[in-house]
Amino acid sequence: MSSALIDLVWQSTLETLYMVAVSSLIAALLGVPLGVLLYVTRPRQILAQPVINGLLGVITNVGRSIPFIILLVAIIPFTRMIVGSSIGTNAAAVPLTIAAIPFVARLVEGALNEVSPGLVEAAQSMGATPMQIILKVLLPEARGGIINGLTITVVALVSYSAMAGAVGGGGLGDLGIRYGYNRFNPTVMLITVVVLVVMVQLFQSLGDYLVRKSDHK
Amino acid sequence: MITLERVSKTYGSGGRAVQALEDIDLTVPKGTIHGVIGLSGAGKSTLIRCVNLLERPSAGRVFVDGQELTALNPAQLRQARHQCGMIFQHFNLLTNRSVYDNVALPLELMRESRGAIRERVMPLLELTGLADKARQYPAELSGGQKQRVAIARALASRPKVLLCDEATSALDPQTTTSILSLLQEINQQLGLTILLITHEMEVVKSICHRVGLISDGRLVEEADVGDFFTAPATRLGREFLNDFLELEPPQALVERLETEAGAHTHPVVRLTFSGDSVSTPLISRLAREHGIDVSILQAKVESIQGRTLGLMIAELMGSAEQTRQALATLESFDLHVEVLGHVQRTD
Repeated sequence: MSSALIDLVWQSTLETLYMVAVSSLIAALLGVPLGVLLYVTRPRQILAQPVINGLLGVITNVGRSIPFIILLVAIIPFTRMIVGSSIGTNAAAVPLTIAAIPFVARLVEGALNEVSPGLVEAAQSMGATPMQIILKVLLPEARGGIINGLTITVVALVSYSAMAGAVGGGGLGDLGIRYGYNRFNPTVMLITVVVLVVMVQLFQSLGDYLVRKSDHK
Repeated sequence: MITLERVSKTYGSGGRAVQALEDIDLTVPKGTIHGVIGLSGAGKSTLIRCVNLLERPSAGRVFVDGQELTALNPAQLRQARHQCGMIFQHFNLLTNRSVYDNVALPLELMRESRGAIRERVMPLLELTGLADKARQYPAELSGGQKQRVAIARALASRPKVLLCDEATSALDPQTTTSILSLLQEINQQLGLTILLITHEMEVVKSICHRVGLISDGRLVEEADVGDFFTAPATRLGREFLNDFLELEPPQALVERLETEAGAHTHPVVRLTFSGDSVSTPLISRLAREHGIDVSILQAKVESIQGRTLGLMIAELMGSAEQTRQALATLESFDLHVEVLGHVQRTD
């Protein structure tokens, strides 16, 4: 394997990690609060708001149901507005983030739903405000489930980033398509896949470790 | 200390409405332990949740320590809830917080300083016998220890009232006893008013001063515990008592029991003695004065809140006239006589 190829693989790996890191981070920052809102505005919940809940639910579902490849091209004007270009790793991070937000939100909502209603009731009996219930009861108790959901998101983003790469975002997916597929170079294809597999393994193991460490159930 | 005034709770509306509570009037004086007993679905849980407004009554008023909770706005209600500790059947401890941090939670919610929290939590852990468990997590504790943590947590905000929602129902009998004595200790040492709901007569017998019996959302009977155990006023009260005392006639006898008296039958009676009648030599009097024999099939003596309660199932063996007079004599005493049926004489 030539040193040029090694450089190329390394460069692509960094691009993939960059796209995944940026989109995961922003998606978590926006998706966790959205997930909390989806949960606490449910009927009979601490901030029950059926109308808002229904609205948020529809928006989330729309976001979740658009195929990523369509989202990628459909929001190009929006991407240009945000990063000033529709190609490159920064541009690829925008649709990745948009796709991941509702994904994270639903996973967080599911994790919160696993918290025993008895704990919320106990906190209410102590005179907790809705905000205190969210910050001191719901989020800490759902911590394991939320980290698990974020791990799933990161892994999904690794695979989505390969798709984003194919339309000019760079990264391992781009490398695999251009060198492995278009130039019919099985070695590059294999290396790309191996690096992706190792990356996913590492993220999953790290996530599992964090869940184990954070949860005392 | 706690007063419920004509409290009703209805779930749903229109044709589907379910009345969970109906016109409940209840007063729990300061420093007493008041039990509410009832079967599942009778409305016990709803009742206790109406006290701190975890459930808002559809009608009626709730007072705790002179303050009308039903008249407060949400912020005032949260403040008032610091006066009301609550413990639950399934403990409801936060699994991702240590024992110490669970007990500290109510104080954190009140925005107490770390130092003040520490000064409050450690003595509570001492009181509940958990000082060496402060750094452990709930998953590492037994059921009894978890309930102790929950009690310490409920006491953290220095409440005047403790609400216990089936607090011992998930515990084994030995652990139940130790939790009940802890509650009694708290009641005596801190002068805490305790309202507890349960389906176990044992709980009522061990620590309650007064007891209410709830059935289909209504309080059907209320009495001092000694009176309730010696002379329940309602049929349901009597059923609870008989179940508790396990004073049901033996199966072999039940199979022989006939509802109607015949020419060759003897009555089988269940006698409940209390107060003075316990020490009256009734059986020998029946034999002497009415010439009948008494065959004791089952008997038991219980001591409840310093009062003695005797129960007996006996066959009265004599002629129809003799047994009729014997029953009349029995009823003239301070005791409850219940004819369970009649058996064919075997002599």
